[in-house]
Amino acid sequence: MTTIVTAVLILLLLALVFGLILGFAAVRFRVEGDPIVEQIDALLPQTQCGQCGYPGCRPYAEAISNGDAINKCPPGGQSTIEALADLLDREVVPLDSEHGEEQPKTVAYIREDECIGCTKCIQACPVDAILGAAKQMHTVIVSECTGCDLCVEPCPVDCIDMLPLPVTPTNWKWPAPVSDPNLILTDRGRGHLLQGGSQ
Amino acid sequence: MTRLYSFHGGVHPPENKRQSLGAPIRQAPLPARLILPLQQHIGKPATPLVAVGDTVLKGQKIAEPSGHVSAAIHAPSSGSITYIGLQPVPHASGLESPCIVIETDGQEQWIERQPLTDYQQLDKQALIRHIRNAGIAGLGGAGFPTDIKLNLGRDHIVNTLIINAAECEPYITADDALMRERPDEILSGIEIIAHLLQPSHILIGIEDNKPNAIKALRDAIRARKLPIDLVVVPTRYPSGGEKQLIQLLTGIEVASGSIPADVGIVCQNVGTAAAIYRAVILGEPLISRIVTLTGFALGHRQNYEVLIGTPFSVLLESAEVDRSRMFRLVMGGPMMGISIEDDRIPVIKTTNCIIAATREEMPPSPPAQPCIRCGMCEQVCPASLLPQQLFWFAKGREFDKARHHNLFDCIECGACAYVCPSNIPLVQHYRFAKSEIRNEEAEQLKAAQARERFEARQARLAREEQEKEQRRKERAEAAAREQARKKAEAEQADAGEQDPEAELKKLKTAASIARTKLKKARDALKNAQEKGLDGTDKLEATVLQLEQSAQAAEQAWQNATGVQH
Repeated sequence: MTTIVTAVLILLLLALVFGLILGFAAVRFRVEGDPIVEQIDALLPQTQCGQCGYPGCRPYAEAISNGDAINKCPPGGQSTIEALADLLDREVVPLDSEHGEEQPKTVAYIREDECIGCTKCIQACPVDAILGAAKQMHTVIVSECTGCDLCVEPCPVDCIDMLPLPVTPTNWKWPAPVSDPNLILTDRGRGHLLQGGSQ
Repeated sequence: MTRLYSFHGGVHPPENKRQSLGAPIRQAPLPARLILPLQQHIGKPATPLVAVGDTVLKGQKIAEPSGHVSAAIHAPSSGSITYIGLQPVPHASGLESPCIVIETDGQEQWIERQPLTDYQQLDKQALIRHIRNAGIAGLGGAGFPTDIKLNLGRDHIVNTLIINAAECEPYITADDALMRERPDEILSGIEIIAHLLQPSHILIGIEDNKPNAIKALRDAIRARKLPIDLVVVPTRYPSGGEKQLIQLLTGIEVASGSIPADVGIVCQNVGTAAAIYRAVILGEPLISRIVTLTGFALGHRQNYEVLIGTPFSVLLESAEVDRSRMFRLVMGGPMMGISIEDDRIPVIKTTNCIIAATREEMPPSPPAQPCIRCGMCEQVCPASLLPQQLFWFAKGREFDKARHHNLFDCIECGACAYVCPSNIPLVQHYRFAKSEIRNEEAEQLKAAQARERFEARQARLAREEQEKEQRRKERAEAAAREQARKKAEAEQADAGEQDPEAELKKLKTAASIARTKLKKARDALKNAQEKGLDGTDKLEATVLQLEQSAQAAEQAWQNATGVQH
């Protein structure tokens, strides 16, 4: 009888001690925010374009962590979907075309002669990349522009173009080596389809 | 004699150096136009100091370094600035980049030179500033601004200075020619570097295929007091790689991701040493360099002293190029150089060799065949990497894995591709993977920046909203206070009967109202009595009451008027 009582008491005591430790740890080492949201947010391209239907990348990250689909981000494209699928252990799915197509990176460009200085694009820019004041010409800080095209719609005189980023020696990339279709020596000169009919 | 160590791998490609060593260094002709790219070095592009239309003198600074890692640019000859803008530059992409174009006037009129012959008495920082102002960047090929390597500060103690004279790449003989003809310039430059770094020993590493240069240097060293060891190393490509030469001469392997200065070693090219001599002793900034012009499509295969900015086409003409035989134009050597399409591009600080090759000399590369996993690439890799693994990862776009296999330690020497029996363009694959990774990193950096700006904007909007709310609340409070104050005033006025006139008026009004009411009540009563209606008693009571109040009001008014008058 006493052994049972002792055992029960010891277990109760242990439960109490560990409960206190856990309780203390929960307060002391409290994690601010949801770490998974941070991780998802880090994978998103931070264009802040809202094409996913959420006002910015972080809200979409929160939505994904609550179970929303991972294929709503056109600027991120397939590589982002793959990275998200990898992180969340979900199925890789093609981009949902309802939210847009994957397009080459662009930056906004204001045709400055036509700008009337209405500041509407400045208010629309999610990353404050447009510089200007009322009745003054506006201009885009190219290095800060994410290419979200949110400024195009509000412009009353349609003077904003989305132009592809110019390739300079600084951001130029080495192309992937292409394998020669003339691999089989005795077959050279045949198979014009493969060679694009150039020879 | 110092002990010689060894590095992993290496190859022995045909040297092809002899054809450009038959004649001494020749002065290249002065071109009509000099094209000076703002970016000729590693780091940030220089900022122009001149405008179109300005006249410049030879040696005048026309662009200054922007930021820590950057280099100045000087006018290589006198003339006028005709254009500042995009021009084709020597870059693998073949793209255009900002340049300053000088129309030369043929006068070669120097700006006043400012030599520092007494540099030993000078402050070291002043000397380093002078070298920085001379626009010197590593002439060996990478173009790293030299002043940074000489200004290491207190966190790096330099005990060994290595002068890289290996020049291991086939065809190139620019350093060889310089050592043969101007060993004293090199040694004076080494003296200046040694004065700045105070190393405990100085080593010159040179390959044994340059006996004339070895002899010239040895004679020059003997004439000086400097404790320099001339170490002759066996010819094996790429012994001239910085980390490979360090390992060859000292046995120390510079760790992945660190620089030689972390192990107390600084490496400088012989050409850079000569340029430092010219900058300090003669006061001439870096405006020319030695370029090897070789290849069997040229009539004169030899080394030229070329002004920076001279277009390739001018040099090729001067070397009597046979364009019908020229099949490939290569900038740099056959191992690490790049084929170029446009010969209008200029010589820059890092251009050491131009090869105009015939078809027989550099035939088109045979098609790549599948990797047979022979492992020869691994045996020759001087950086002890696994080229085959890196190839798979690059081809399969598994860039993370490639990075974990130390892709960025690859010096792109081309030894693996040279030995590959399947002719796989391995270096191209690595370059592709590297630029993809760099691009991804740049994008991530940009994304982080965008996130920061987005969050800052959100915070600002929230703050503005809150401030607006605050102001609205304050306004509402102020209005409420104002109303309360007015009310209180009115009450006070009521209670204090401050104004006798108003009081009198009020009493008069009250009396007249009471009279009217009484009259109306009397009329109603009379009417009711005439018609014989019920409830006249009630009306009678009201009339009585009104009579009383009317009397009281009349009395009050009478009293008040009495008081007043």
